[in-house]
Amino acid sequence: MSGYFSEILTGGKSLLVGLGVTFKAMLQPVVTVQYPREKTDVTSSNYRGHIELVRNPETGSFKCIACGLCAKACPSECITVKSEKREGVKGKVLTVFQLDFTKCSLCGSCVEACNKGAIRFSQDYNIAGFTKEEFHYDLLKRLEEMG
Amino acid sequence: MKSETNTQQNQSFTLNMGPQHPSTHGVLQVILEMDGEYVLDPQPVLGYIHRMHEKMGESRPCRKFLPNTGRMDYVCALPFNHGYVGLIERAAGIEVPPRAEYIRVITSELNRVASHLLWLGAFLLDLGAFTPIMYSFDDREQILDILEEITGSRLTYCYFRPGGVYQDISDKFIEGTRAFIKRMRSRFSIYEKLVATNIIFIKRAEGVGVISPDMARRYGVTGPLLRGSGISYDIRKQEPYSVYSDFDFDVPVGENGDSLDRYKVRVQEMEQSLRIIEQALDKLPEGPYLGKAPKKIKLPPGDSSFSVEAARGELAYYLVGDGSEIPYRLKIRVPSYSNLSVLPELGRGILLADLVTIMGSFDLVIPEIDR
Ligand code: SF4
Ligand code: SF4
Repeated sequence: MSGYFSEILTGGKSLLVGLGVTFKAMLQPVVTVQYPREKTDVTSSNYRGHIELVRNPETGSFKCIACGLCAKACPSECITVKSEKREGVKGKVLTVFQLDFTKCSLCGSCVEACNKGAIRFSQDYNIAGFTKEEFHYDLLKRLEEMG
Repeated sequence: MKSETNTQQNQSFTLNMGPQHPSTHGVLQVILEMDGEYVLDPQPVLGYIHRMHEKMGESRPCRKFLPNTGRMDYVCALPFNHGYVGLIERAAGIEVPPRAEYIRVITSELNRVASHLLWLGAFLLDLGAFTPIMYSFDDREQILDILEEITGSRLTYCYFRPGGVYQDISDKFIEGTRAFIKRMRSRFSIYEKLVATNIIFIKRAEGVGVISPDMARRYGVTGPLLRGSGISYDIRKQEPYSVYSDFDFDVPVGENGDSLDRYKVRVQEMEQSLRIIEQALDKLPEGPYLGKAPKKIKLPPGDSSFSVEAARGELAYYLVGDGSEIPYRLKIRVPSYSNLSVLPELGRGILLADLVTIMGSFDLVIPEIDR
């Protein structure tokens, strides 16, 4: 019989101790962020969003030389690079840089492969869409739009 | 979802637990032969999330398989990264600079703590305790922020590279990690108060799902389950890979092999991981973070294997090369698969509620089992 009561006692005590923890937490600042009503910032500049083209500060245009190394390094074949020869310009000129983000695993192989530093990870994390095609990014257009 | 097969002799019925059941943590189905509240025969059904990872590994150059490794066990991705790059390095004879090895250990151990924290919350949620997951997720969030700083991702990391790591760690990372260790040490008492001394938890976990050392050996159970059964076996100690032999840490073991012991072992393991991280940060050598590795890694003919201690147990990669870039055969031995294999024997004749406890204490990650 005494075992029964002592068990109730220890049980009751353990519940009160637990409640004490929650009560303490109640008085502390709230840590929950009410996403998506509240936005969180990307805390790190190393965050891997989808890739984007890097601007060459001198020319104001893309740095990419359309060598296609990034497309070759990609495990999922997400990148399509097309280029053309132009009069008076040395080498090839980039005409299409497409990313199929639906297949991208954000592994970083493309960024590593590019020895011109012409692509980097963007900070976009808040992306949603209704169709697959919305994630086929035209990065060249994106660069132009970003002004 | 019940189908009753009430014949004259047989009063048992079949109950489908999963593949959409919250306490099977993903898409695991367990077909239960039930007699009232008692489970007569639980049979796990695997394969709902089979993605042919091994086959993918055999059909592409070995570098291109790296992102897949983080997607097998998404909760504890870095040890999976580690095992694979370790395998490639062993097969192709690639040197890794010491700084890279230290970074690997630090990040892997952080990931282990994050994984155990997630388990802690989810396990108690299975048992009906809602509050602990709030605390454990708060702590885990800190780790994710720290790891995001250098790996760029929060869950499915692809950070290690053959010959090193993707990028160097920053001062912000080191500071953040040190602050986290301090914070985490102060949090253990909260878990102790909230969970370990709670009478309801103890009553539900003590003596439930006892895996005897003999049974554990028969099924090839590894990780915290094996250590919970009193067998001190940890790859980090038994066959130290990377730079684990440089650190002083203990391998916590349980006594009875029940769910409570598995809980205790994991909580103690978190403390040991913190110790490893602390030592690694103190000893962190200078130098390059990425060694010399060829762009195209040729895998010489012959086989090689590499095991690491993932959060759930021994993870082993086995590779047969044929001189080309593409592995001829890649076999991955995942911990949860053999850990789950004890369930049919363990779950015989117990209450359904206890089965939930047992599966929770196993810390199953289904994508890793199915691969
Ligand atoms: S991050 Fe990886 S998967 Fe994504 S585009 Fe680059 S190489 Fe391809
Ligand atoms: S982004 Fe870099 S690797 Fe890719 S095509 Fe342009 S220059 Fe070459």
